Amino acid sequence: MKSAFVWVALVLVLAALAAAPFFMQAYGLGLLIGLMGYVTLASAWALFSGRTGYISLATVAFFGIGAYMVAAFNEVLPYPLVLVVAALAGLALALVVGLSTLRLAGVYFVIFTFGLAELVRQLVTWYEINVTGTLGRYIFMSLGPEHIYWQLLALAAATLFITWRIDRSRLGLALRVIADDEVVAAHLGINLARTKLALFALSSVIITLVGAVQAPRWTYIEPAIAFNPTVSFLTLVMALLGGASRLWGPVLGAVPLFLLFEWLSANFPNHYSILLGLLFIAIVFAVPKGIVALVETRFRTNERAFRPVAMEAEGKP
Amino acid sequence: MLVTTIINGLVLGGTYALVAMGLTIQYGIARIMNLAYGETIIAAAFLAFVLNGALGIAPLPSLLIAAPAGFALSYVIYGLMLRPLVRRSGGGAGLEVNSILATFGLLFVIQGIMLVLFGGDYISYSYMNFGVDVLGASVAANRLLALVLAVVLGGGLYLLLTRTLWGTALRAVAVAPQSAPLVGIDANRAARFAFALGGALATCGGVVISMYQTFTASSGVIFTMKALIVVILGGVGNLAGALSAGLLLGLVETLVATYVSPGLTLAAVYHIFLGVLLWRPSGLFGKARR
Amino acid sequence: MTATSRRAILRTLGISVCMFAVAAAAPAVSQERTSVKIGYAISKTGPNAGGAGITTLPNYELWVKEVNEAGGLELPDGSRLPIEVVEYDDRSSAEEVVRAIERLATQDEVDFILPPWGTGFNLAVAPLFDRFGYPQLAVSSVTDKAPEFVQRWKRSFWMLGGGSDYTDALAGLLKKTNDEGKINNKVAMISVADGFGIDLVTAARPSFSEAELEVVYDVTYPAGTTDFTSMINEAAGSGADTFVAFSYPPETFAITQQAQVAKFNPKVLYLGVGTGFPNYGADLGPNAEGVMSLGGIDPNNQANTAYRKRHEEVTGRAPDFWGSVVTFASLQMLQEAVKRRGLDREAVSDELSNGTFETVLGEVKLEDNQLRKLWFGGQWQNGNFVAVAPVDREGVSQAIMPKASWQ
Repeated sequence: MKSAFVWVALVLVLAALAAAPFFMQAYGLGLLIGLMGYVTLASAWALFSGRTGYISLATVAFFGIGAYMVAAFNEVLPYPLVLVVAALAGLALALVVGLSTLRLAGVYFVIFTFGLAELVRQLVTWYEINVTGTLGRYIFMSLGPEHIYWQLLALAAATLFITWRIDRSRLGLALRVIADDEVVAAHLGINLARTKLALFALSSVIITLVGAVQAPRWTYIEPAIAFNPTVSFLTLVMALLGGASRLWGPVLGAVPLFLLFEWLSANFPNHYSILLGLLFIAIVFAVPKGIVALVETRFRTNERAFRPVAMEAEGKP
Repeated sequence: MLVTTIINGLVLGGTYALVAMGLTIQYGIARIMNLAYGETIIAAAFLAFVLNGALGIAPLPSLLIAAPAGFALSYVIYGLMLRPLVRRSGGGAGLEVNSILATFGLLFVIQGIMLVLFGGDYISYSYMNFGVDVLGASVAANRLLALVLAVVLGGGLYLLLTRTLWGTALRAVAVAPQSAPLVGIDANRAARFAFALGGALATCGGVVISMYQTFTASSGVIFTMKALIVVILGGVGNLAGALSAGLLLGLVETLVATYVSPGLTLAAVYHIFLGVLLWRPSGLFGKARR
Repeated sequence: MTATSRRAILRTLGISVCMFAVAAAAPAVSQERTSVKIGYAISKTGPNAGGAGITTLPNYELWVKEVNEAGGLELPDGSRLPIEVVEYDDRSSAEEVVRAIERLATQDEVDFILPPWGTGFNLAVAPLFDRFGYPQLAVSSVTDKAPEFVQRWKRSFWMLGGGSDYTDALAGLLKKTNDEGKINNKVAMISVADGFGIDLVTAARPSFSEAELEVVYDVTYPAGTTDFTSMINEAAGSGADTFVAFSYPPETFAITQQAQVAKFNPKVLYLGVGTGFPNYGADLGPNAEGVMSLGGIDPNNQANTAYRKRHEEVTGRAPDFWGSVVTFASLQMLQEAVKRRGLDREAVSDELSNGTFETVLGEVKLEDNQLRKLWFGGQWQNGNFVAVAPVDREGVSQAIMPKASWQ
């Protein structure tokens, strides 16, 4: 009964969000696009990093590849096919990277992924200059912002649904073990490499698609625009703020942070950096385990008697 | 030609080494992945620029102001911001994520303050910009100074760390922060000192670099990135490693620029970096630790 | 996660979505007009802040201050309305700049929007200016595709020419000097692997070959390169009398310094963005003499001289010698168009296309929505960055070639 209610509520929210463009001006819609973009990015990021403990800074490498694929193929192929090509490119890169790097542990993985994003940017730049002879590419597509928004919304919903399925599956259990202790996981007969690789590929393909879907909004693409490292950092911070190991964590991190950035940059354009920095520091001190954990702790104190046992299992980061 | 290229490479590498040494100490000994490291460098560069322009203090003497200032500032930052995080994590893995997030915030704060104070303009001035003949190659004196300073500071600190009791204590904290107190080492004090020392090194680097490199309030990230690459290549916490790795990177860039294509210098650097990470995650000169 | 907390979260989510929808749909309150709202989004932080902070932002501030001190923007009926500024920081991100323009147009409902800094960002926002019906006076974007863009976006105006304008001008000067026997016909050229560098170097190759100049060294380096010794050595060894670098400010300064150290003395030294910054000349002193670049000014143009003085007084620093004065001129055009046609954006766009304006650049009339009367080449002479091309335009100075050796 309860779960049926949740499903109905979810469908209603989704429908309301899908209908939003009909009631909004361009700015409201733009805000929703940015919001949905980061919700998807943070959720996709958390799908891998939040569940395996591998912190990735390669987000923008995939995001940028997606944008570039659209720029490269938007005049030759029909749009759905362009998205397929972008997804395949993201998948290929993810497999190459995944196969070679997932044995790296801890901070080495963080730094590797950061270097990877820069390497991809350098290689794309070099390719453009030496092979195509120009740097900027144009995307002239008659794709209205509402279409971009609906695609992102669908992508966000799909990401959350996939995450939910995975969390409930055997794979999800395996992942929780991996995040806890890789040695134990290996002893339990979990195929570490394949599990991690599959998840990394899935997460990367979604991120690639976000880049591909958003690119037509910029009209003009060059490496500095498509591979803006801020994307990686913001995604990470949003997911960590919300709670990267939880289904709704990244959403709860992305929504308030995104709106806050928007508010700060509009009201304090000259002191944006300072306020943003102070806020980050405050978050680390005040919400160390993420918003979801904070909300749960409050419930735990208020509704101790009603707390079902199931939470214990999911309570582990 | 080859000799000239190699000398130029070493000089460029001197800058990289100089930039990286503070970070390797902060990260290796204090265990803080300081993303605001580059901002410390830029802040020092601004300091040198202002001292030079407004008060007429040449960059070299202003090192004597910048280094203690960097030390003090980093000391305070560690005490106020990072120490509580260290205490909270209790030496666990949480510290890495928390310190990345907190110093990421710090990065914005310092950058924002510099933007308010100086605006977003490109800053450059020249000092000691004359050629010095080294084995037939004409090398900029200010860049040569960076190399010399890197070798002197790096070598000196390396000797201090390996040959003195005090250095051994610091290294002990780096290797086993939990066990260090057992042998009477105040791990907190050592880490705080190491972090501040790293800050002082960063400011020295910033002052020297400002003599020949154009910077803006937003360009700190570039230095953090470069430093990070050198630190990882050289092995975290390894001063001699950072020095060698910095020189190596300089050589690679110049050789690639001369014999392959200047367009591929950065790509080559990242290739080597990623290759080393895969092949020897503890760095070219580091001992396997994990 | 429990059903309880999930429901709580959903509730919050639902409420915020609703609030959001209400906020966005709330109609703008109409009232008696007391000001003219002018909005812009500009890179105050991030990698673009350096360029925006020199060429664009100070001029916006200067113009608003001057207009408001004069009592505001004058309308056709002679009344004046003060300017109210709405400004956003686009944080050097394409997505942010797009959203900021949407916000200015539909949320703040500003009367006019001033363009962002940079070729890429001006292109990113061009479809929005077009869709919302705002004229776009794009200054800080050098593009050969301007005629095409004007076709696509009728209200877009391109004020800084295209890459081939600059390289044709340079090639012309070099050819002339070569014909006079002062330099050989060989050119060594490097370029930054970024939009600007690539646009210019792609334009330069045909320009040079048409002028029968031989390019003997032609490489591209990644943005952020700090060491140019190997490139300078190669160029020095190539036997070319002309060294051209389509570079960005940090590299322009670095190349200058390293050329001095290497005692590299090409007879013609042409560098990219940054050469026209006032502190370039101030730092180098006599060594700046003879260095060439894009842009330049006519030192005898009184209006421009007065503008430079005001700029320095108000913003605390001198304007650059290339885009700054054009930026300010574009704002004067907007001001004059409003005076003639009022706040109707359609009429103002029409006026900008067809009108003739008196500005700090002198008399300006756009051709096919593009400013074509520009200085395409300049050179440091006696502490001033004077225009040396096009050679047939009034107010041009004679280029000094070959350049003197470093002191």
